[in-house]
Amino acid sequence: MIKFTNVFKAFPKGGLALKDVSFHIAKGEFVFLTGHSGAGKSTVLKLIYAEQPVTSGEVRVSGFNAAELRPRDVPMLRRRLGIVFQDFRLLEDRTAEENVAFALEVTGARRSSIPARVMRVLTQVGLAAKAQAYPRELSGGEQQRVAIARALVNEPTVLLADEPTGNLDERATRGVFQLLRDINASGTAVVMATHDLDLVRQAPYRVIELQEGALVYDSAVDEPRDQAASP
Amino acid sequence: MNLTVRESLIAFRRAPLLSALSVTTIAFSLFVVGLFGLVAVNLQDALRGVAERVEIVAYLLPGTPIETVTLAGKDIEAFPEVQSASYVSEDSALGRARAELVEFRDVLQELERNPLPASIEVKLKPRFRDADHVNQVADRLRGFGFVDDVRFGRDWVEKLDRLRQIAAAVGLVVGAAFAVVAIIIIGTTIRMAVLQRSREIAIMRLVGATDGFIRRPFLLQGAIKGMLGGLAAIALSYGAYTLINRWLIHAAFFSKEQAVAIVGFGMLIGFFGSAASVGRHLRRV
Ligand SMILES: Nc1ncnc2c1ncn2[C@@H]1O[C@H](COP(=O)(O)OP(=O)(O)OP(=O)(O)O)[C@@H](O)[C@H]1O
Ligand SMILES: [Mg+2]
Repeated sequence: MIKFTNVFKAFPKGGLALKDVSFHIAKGEFVFLTGHSGAGKSTVLKLIYAEQPVTSGEVRVSGFNAAELRPRDVPMLRRRLGIVFQDFRLLEDRTAEENVAFALEVTGARRSSIPARVMRVLTQVGLAAKAQAYPRELSGGEQQRVAIARALVNEPTVLLADEPTGNLDERATRGVFQLLRDINASGTAVVMATHDLDLVRQAPYRVIELQEGALVYDSAVDEPRDQAASP
Repeated sequence: MNLTVRESLIAFRRAPLLSALSVTTIAFSLFVVGLFGLVAVNLQDALRGVAERVEIVAYLLPGTPIETVTLAGKDIEAFPEVQSASYVSEDSALGRARAELVEFRDVLQELERNPLPASIEVKLKPRFRDADHVNQVADRLRGFGFVDDVRFGRDWVEKLDRLRQIAAAVGLVVGAAFAVVAIIIIGTTIRMAVLQRSREIAIMRLVGATDGFIRRPFLLQGAIKGMLGGLAAIALSYGAYTLINRWLIHAAFFSKEQAVAIVGFGMLIGFFGSAASVGRHLRRV
């Protein structure tokens, strides 16, 4: 469903951010994207949601070929994805509920269907009681839940999360991670970029590791090495 | 309520200062254009009044039979440029002179013979009241055998012509200049509004909003601001007009059509100003 084949990505003034990266992520999979800062994790996600053009190689995302994407296809691609960031990216002057509804309104959903769908996802992320709260009235963990609810409300096939727990303390991290696992359990693929190796070790999910733009390890094809490295 | 309408109204509430600024700049730009428009309207009226008096007088040889004159009068009225041709007999010329030149009444009274010739006064249709046509008609009048002399205020007609051309050129240039300034200003204020909401625009794009969807509220908002600016400009012009009327000269105001055109122009400026700045923003990010 997401397929990278010999992908290179060069930024105008930044050199090669990705070098010959290939992998395939199937429907319903949970994948960790790891690597040091600057390794290219965010860049991989940006290529998936067509924020950046591919320099060479092929990127396919749920039927779209990045190289053939016309500008007006980009919104259609993004409606099939849910995207979550470290900094939440909520609109400060709208309530939790309105932030989630926003994603539906923007895509032209039937107005009468919006309130029920919004409440359903807010309930799913455990924030139904705070639907009327503004972002500044919510904790970081709660804000991230709103962002996840917004990402889910269009029923995406993949949830992309770029260090979703980067700004959260341990407890909130565990909560948000559990939420992502639940979402994955109900059939949505999750691609999560993270630094948090504890989190990665905790769960039996596939790991793709990048180093200076190159894919150096993919647990789906390489020997398991965590066990080999640590006693 | 429609989402586009709601979003554009929300923008007014969220950025009241910026919105007020946009409306005011449009209002003042259009006001200046409007003032020049008013001057043009009044100048046009004034010129029309002067042009009204553009007249060609053909003095007749003494003793020309009245039948000949009547026939010729018919011919002259049939000229395409001519509105009316009226015969003024020797007697009525004298009567007129007596009425108009009160100071010389006594002199005129004592005359034994009427020294004033009869004449045909020719008035042209409004659109032919310029130097070229006046000359043409005068030449043709000279062709009649019984016409002694043809007079018209040559300098006057030519000056009027020049004045008209200058007024039109100045009005056009100044109007265009201010329209351009208005477009630049509204473009800039809308650009500020766009930048202020760039975070929101980025989020909209992230969740799959099309550019058209993002653009629409800005366009509507621009058109509304332009309309409000246009209305304010008309109110300002009306204020200026009332003052001028009271203290200076009797002037004319815009016709209903001209007022509608000003508001419509404001809407166009707002719409295209927004379209330009939103378009640029969307292409860049
Ligand atoms: N817009 C850009 N223009 C130029 N260079 C860029 C741009 N975005 C990323 N890069 C470069 O690409 C490389 C990979 O960046 P990327 O953001 O993918 O790293 P990352 O793995 O997400 O790092 P982090 O863990 O710090 O978020 C870096 O060297 C970065 O400087
Ligand atoms: Mg990153």
